[in-house]
Amino acid sequence: MADLSAVRADSLVKSFGDFRAVDGIDLHVRQGEIFGVLGPNGAGKTTTLRMLATLLPIDGGHAEIFGVDVRREPHRIRQLVGVTGQYASVDEDLTARENLWLFARLQGLASSRAKTIAGDLLERFDLQEAADRPLSQFSGGMRRRLDLASSLITRPPLIFLDEPTTGLDPRTRGQMWDTIRELVMDGSTILLTTQYLDEADQLADRIAVIDRGRKVAEDTPDALKTQVGDSTLQLNLAEGSDTALAADVVRRLLGEEPVLTPESGRMNIPLPDPDRAADVLIGLRQAGLGISSMSVAKPTLDEVFLALTGHGADDESQMKPQMEAAR
Amino acid sequence: MTTGTLTPATRGPRRVDPSAVVARTTSRSSLQETWVQILSMAWRALKKMRRKPEQFFDVLIQPLLFTAMFAFIFGGAISGSVSDYLPVLIPGILAQTALTVCMATGVQLREDMDKGVFDRFKSLPIARIAPLAGPMIADLIRYGIASVLTVVTGLLIGYRPGGGVLGVAGGVALTVIAGWSLAWIFTWLGTMARSAQSVQGISMMIMFPLTFLSNAFVPAETLPGWLEAFVKVNPVSHVVSAVRDLLNDGAVTAEVGWAVIGCAAVVAVFAPLAVRSYSRKM
Repeated sequence: MADLSAVRADSLVKSFGDFRAVDGIDLHVRQGEIFGVLGPNGAGKTTTLRMLATLLPIDGGHAEIFGVDVRREPHRIRQLVGVTGQYASVDEDLTARENLWLFARLQGLASSRAKTIAGDLLERFDLQEAADRPLSQFSGGMRRRLDLASSLITRPPLIFLDEPTTGLDPRTRGQMWDTIRELVMDGSTILLTTQYLDEADQLADRIAVIDRGRKVAEDTPDALKTQVGDSTLQLNLAEGSDTALAADVVRRLLGEEPVLTPESGRMNIPLPDPDRAADVLIGLRQAGLGISSMSVAKPTLDEVFLALTGHGADDESQMKPQMEAAR
Repeated sequence: MTTGTLTPATRGPRRVDPSAVVARTTSRSSLQETWVQILSMAWRALKKMRRKPEQFFDVLIQPLLFTAMFAFIFGGAISGSVSDYLPVLIPGILAQTALTVCMATGVQLREDMDKGVFDRFKSLPIARIAPLAGPMIADLIRYGIASVLTVVTGLLIGYRPGGGVLGVAGGVALTVIAGWSLAWIFTWLGTMARSAQSVQGISMMIMFPLTFLSNAFVPAETLPGWLEAFVKVNPVSHVVSAVRDLLNDGAVTAEVGWAVIGCAAVVAVFAPLAVRSYSRKM
């Protein structure tokens, strides 16, 4: 029976000592879609990807890629998956052309065919001019492009992208997004991790939100955003204002629950429609509450987290040193 | 590529077909594929050698320095004269140099494995032995250079091998084979150790006893009984004796046979250990 899933992972577990980096994650990625794994540093995104790519042993659970068992058939999995890591995994001592030629040869392409493919990929990723220069002269964006090109030599049906645009400037980021969309049009399935909600929003058909090794939500970007409101009204109330009273006003006007930081008089209000911001401001004035500053913000990863987990994404940064020690 | 009208269906034949790819997958690399992968990795190692010639420092300096130094310092004391000592010393230096090169193999592998590109090697469908065996093939050049230089230095300071050209060629060949075989021990260490420095440290601790507690520089008979016993089972002693037989007498003796068998045994034990430890370290 044909299984339409590109990835079917059930209760994946990975422990580093006492620390459960991945604590029972399920992922079902359909063929031909871009599936985003969203979460802060140390949430377990990279670890999950590395297990699925056979780069880390799976401690618990079960994973299949196009119906092939990841644990039992690692060699087959490696023929199905192209991996582009967070840190460019290309050889610094070789030129871009030599890197591509080597990876092509290693995957069984004849020397002349390897040469042709290397040339094609260099052209496609706009690297021809730098093709024969040492990699030490490459910018971060060029390295990433070469890394992605290296993953595409055999045109694998599934491509893992681990934070493909972290650290890239906005222009290069946009180019990377275009490339990713082209890959899907070619029929590939993409599993990508990201820390940026807007990236997941731009690219992904569906998103899984990961927090502390667990999946806290899975949905389409639109549905996720609706959960946190499309925008947020951020208010700082004038000193000494009654935040509880302000919260009542908001509840009455919008029917939304504001997130309060009483110590600083700060209030984050989900806004289904930015136009309603004025209603809130007028309502507060009528209740005799002053405002020291205000802004309207699009939802950030932090807000998605707050809404989904009740704690901010920043809390997680303390997990990072632990993760790195474990690696 | 045109924009706008591009739909998946219009790209037709170029589209990736997962089920076709799945059907083509194999559960392991064939022998021939493995060989191509090993050669490709050897090509990579050669490129790196050409770009980082400082890697050749040990194989150039050690033969020149140690041969001359040991000959003039120990020659009179051990054999009565420098020229009498050279037939004892040159095979010993050959073995020592080969071991030093081996050590570098392990250290360099460890350094290499810490680099990002090894993530890619691990994610590719290649035989796990290829990233280990590839550099070792390229290292044959280093063993060759080191052995030839040692012999040439010896010739310059008055060594006249009794085995003639064939004997010398045989001695050098055996040194290269022994070096390559013993390198599997250090490659295994390279896959086990946590850092390049620790490989270096452990390798030193192995290399010094192996070379100095052998017959490489002194006749075993002059040693205390317990030490002589160790020296006689030390595989390096067998290699040194075999190389001596080849260089000085041009004779393919039983020692040569034992040396070759010993090398084969080392490869048979340590190559699988190294591959296993490398595959586990994912």
